[in-house]
Amino acid sequence: MNTANQYLKAIYLIQQQEDNPAATGRVADMLDVSPASANEMIGKLEDRGLAEHEKYKGVSLTDEGIVRARDALQTYCIIERFLVNVLDVKNFREEARELESVIDGTVAERLDTIIDRKPECPDCFDPEMDACACLDVELEAEPPAD
Amino acid sequence: MSLSQQVSSDRQLARLLQIGIVLEEVVEARAHRHYQSLSDDERVLDPEIEALLSHAADESAEHRKRLEALIEDLSVDSIPFDEIETLVEARYGQTKPEDFDGVLYDQLCNEETAYKFYDDLIEAIEASDAEFSVDREQLLEVLRTLRSEERDGAEEVTKIMEKRE
Repeated sequence: MNTANQYLKAIYLIQQQEDNPAATGRVADMLDVSPASANEMIGKLEDRGLAEHEKYKGVSLTDEGIVRARDALQTYCIIERFLVNVLDVKNFREEARELESVIDGTVAERLDTIIDRKPECPDCFDPEMDACACLDVELEAEPPAD
Repeated sequence: MSLSQQVSSDRQLARLLQIGIVLEEVVEARAHRHYQSLSDDERVLDPEIEALLSHAADESAEHRKRLEALIEDLSVDSIPFDEIETLVEARYGQTKPEDFDGVLYDQLCNEETAYKFYDDLIEAIEASDAEFSVDREQLLEVLRTLRSEERDGAEEVTKIMEKRE
């Protein structure tokens, strides 16, 4: 997954939580980047027809952006489930974040054949916990990023 | 959630190499299953496919060994792979391809997925300036070899598929 997909995923989750366009500041906070970096990438997403930005309101995904964001979220869920179910990784959220930029959707699909993913994925994703809610582990909220 | 960086530590690299091993394991298990599923008559009729699947299984086993050797040289705790082998084997113990076309198509997906994985991993390592406890050039050389063999494998399957059309 590339950086653009990580932005799409963040915007999608914020929009889901707030039922409104995502404020650029929240996108920057979620991804732990500067507002200037977030603005720059949101501009690129607009150019590619994946998002629309309205001044003072925030950014919304287009239909194509939503499809891409859901694919990205599904890949992320697969990585989390794979780390927990197959490799028994305790810090799976931290590691999933590190891996998502390198694991492509086609690779995730192959990993998916051994992880018993639920059909509701990626709607199972809990943005508060930053984890797939169907995971068979006890989840604790993570401390905010430094 | 935070924006992930490229490969930046031994631990992250080891995890990615482990994923490579699992992918190879999946390829190997599927190729083996498919090979076993061919009846004696079919094997006589189609030595080309038999050779292809047999070669794919051998090559995946070899790739796994090379990835395991890289992980051993990294400063991380290794994870036993017996369980993964059992898991993958159990998963594919039940499945059977429907026909030759299914076997070939599946094999093509395996090779292409592994190629894509190595390609992305190489790109991520090249983009990173992190110091690993294995020699970077040696690491990249191994990964480029694996990528090249996966590309050859995909081409081989494609040729057979085209011949059969």
